[in-house]
Amino acid sequence: MSDRNYRPATLLVHQGRDRDPATGASAIPIYQASTYHHQGGEPGEYDYARCGNPSRDQVEEAIALLEGGVRGFAFASGMAATGSALSLLQSGDHLLASHDLYGGSWRYLTGVLPQQGITVDFVDTTDPDKVAAAITPRTRALFLETPSNPLFQITDLRAMVAIAKQHQLLTLLDNTFMTPLLQHPLALGIDVAIHSGTKFLGGHSDLLAGLVTTADPDLAKRIKYFQNAFGAVLAPFDCFLLARGIKTLKLRLAAAEQNAGELAQRLSEHPAVAQVLYPGLAGFPGREQHFAQAEGPGAIISFELKENEQVKALLNGARLPIVAPSLGGVETILTHCWSMSHAAVPAAEKRAIGIRPTLLRISVGIEDIEDIWEDLSRALG
Amino acid sequence: MKLQTTQETELVQIGVGRDEATGAISVPIYPSATYRHPAPGESTGYDYTRSGNPTRQTLEEGLAHLEGGSRALAFASGMAALTTFFLHFSSGDHIIVSEDLYGGTYRVLDQIFADFGLRASYVDTTSSVHVAKAIGPNTRALLVETPGNPLLGVADLDQLGQLCRSRNLLFAVDNTFMTPILQRPFEFGADVVLHSGTKYLGGHSDLCSGVLVTREQQLGERFYFLQNSTGAVLPPQDSWLLIRSLKTLPLRMERHCQNAARIAAWLESHPAVVQVYYPGLPSHPGHQLTRRQCKGFGGMISFRVATPAHARQVLERLRLISFAESLGGVESLMTLPAVQTHGDIPRQDRERLGICESLLRLSVGIETVDDIIADLDQALS
Repeated sequence: MSDRNYRPATLLVHQGRDRDPATGASAIPIYQASTYHHQGGEPGEYDYARCGNPSRDQVEEAIALLEGGVRGFAFASGMAATGSALSLLQSGDHLLASHDLYGGSWRYLTGVLPQQGITVDFVDTTDPDKVAAAITPRTRALFLETPSNPLFQITDLRAMVAIAKQHQLLTLLDNTFMTPLLQHPLALGIDVAIHSGTKFLGGHSDLLAGLVTTADPDLAKRIKYFQNAFGAVLAPFDCFLLARGIKTLKLRLAAAEQNAGELAQRLSEHPAVAQVLYPGLAGFPGREQHFAQAEGPGAIISFELKENEQVKALLNGARLPIVAPSLGGVETILTHCWSMSHAAVPAAEKRAIGIRPTLLRISVGIEDIEDIWEDLSRALG
Repeated sequence: MKLQTTQETELVQIGVGRDEATGAISVPIYPSATYRHPAPGESTGYDYTRSGNPTRQTLEEGLAHLEGGSRALAFASGMAALTTFFLHFSSGDHIIVSEDLYGGTYRVLDQIFADFGLRASYVDTTSSVHVAKAIGPNTRALLVETPGNPLLGVADLDQLGQLCRSRNLLFAVDNTFMTPILQRPFEFGADVVLHSGTKYLGGHSDLCSGVLVTREQQLGERFYFLQNSTGAVLPPQDSWLLIRSLKTLPLRMERHCQNAARIAAWLESHPAVVQVYYPGLPSHPGHQLTRRQCKGFGGMISFRVATPAHARQVLERLRLISFAESLGGVESLMTLPAVQTHGDIPRQDRERLGICESLLRLSVGIETVDDIIADLDQALS
């Protein structure tokens, strides 16, 4: 029942195709088939599951509908999505990336791309002048995260798009923190939107997935080519689970965001806390820029404790949150960025960016905020 | 973890950290049919999956807690749970059942258990006087659906609980329409609570399941004996999927209630609608009673149009709303009870109750309410 005019909550529930045309089944079947019979020797719409699978089509259409893309692509993980999208670059190209990035992306950009003859420089993308100054004749693309992970640096997406147009650069944005409900990169002129579907889109900490979409038909064709050639596609059962997660995204995100707003306020008033980074807070430095391009503050908060010992006490003492990397689940997840999400980034780099061992990131779940707070405030002492 | 927590928090935390070996956030799916015994006469606590499965057990413990009972059992369908409930009785026993009930319950009683000598009377349970009159010397139990299906009549749980206590009847409540989020039958003296878990508990129209919960441990043991002996257990995969569903149950129910309230009021003012049945409407005879015994009015609405032909026209014209049996999913569903859900009830009885072919039942989803209303508007006109 695809209808682009439906409002977001309706699109989330119904997605591209929410009924099986053959049987009317209320959920799209999980097509656990690796290949398809070629009637009369001729390939039909589907010929081999890496190339296309009806269960995967559903989530691919869903992300395209939600982000306003022409076509979506589902991958086996967020990193598989990022890697496949970055295959748009080739040997000899130069890539500029936000200096505060998810650790896994940082690892890919510094460890894998150079091997393919692609050079990468990290730049403070919150300052458009620095970005413009870092462009070389070989620069082909900008890889962005805003808000950045974990320091919540806000990059002006319209300014990045303007620079990219001027220099004919491709723009890629990891929109995982915001989801398609809170930030619409393609509408702002970004070429490629990337999601770790493991996070808010899946939403239950029970699957791995990555999604990519673009509004440009030529780019879509090339990404399709890489998806099929590399083959890091999302398996049918996880496509089903991801599509199922997307159905409640609006409710989950709204509840988590409301909790996050309250928690950020309380953390900022707590004596053990040196600093809280959350766009929803009144004094947050990038607040104005963030709300110029996003519709909400999201449900993730970073905060800095005053002493290393307090970090240990919190990680040992917290009983409600899951202490783990990852984010975006219904459960509150507490991450020690230094040793978990950004373990791949060397210590000196982390310090240079501003990630200290006292920094924590909390992905606020949909539990009762009073339960979350009682537990955290007790563990904080 | 023994924090004092609220319902929302507990639901999110079902199964979290259950797997101590790995710390996995999501409870593992144990597809194992059987379990290796450490030695003759020794058991790990699990012997054979019909008798117990760690995934199902996690679900059952969560469900017992959610209803405020002591033991919950998960079944392969709502009818499997009901059938196991009826197996508790002996030939010659008599039970009283709400006359405004799901057609499948009627079918199993009338066409199967009647042959085993279990007699059932169908009574208007919105009146405890009628219920009291139907009690005979062999009456063993009262099974109430409230609100009723499809006419949403409301039974007084407190009065019926007192009646059952004074007459020594087992008091069972089918809580499918309300869920424990809105209605807690054990607080009114119910002995057994039943659910079609396919509906709101599952919530995504993608699994079939049933639930039976007992207030007392001893009665729970009796039903466990019956479950294990007859074996209509919920498989591990669906047990896991149902756990996943429970995590968003409070959010979904809140939205179902909000959307249904808007739609019921809209339908009531629509010229083509003859009558609206929704406990949230002040015009509904069970409105005040629902206020007293429930925390919300639920997501189910029935309404009558002028003619069967108009009802069929509505069903043919629906675009967003699916014309399908079942209810309680994130997507809006509409059904024609006289033909679909209640087709097994004899025509004469159906018509006496008012279940005619111009009556439509709407399970209101979590889509944007304006989109649902727009679809109803175009279908009704």
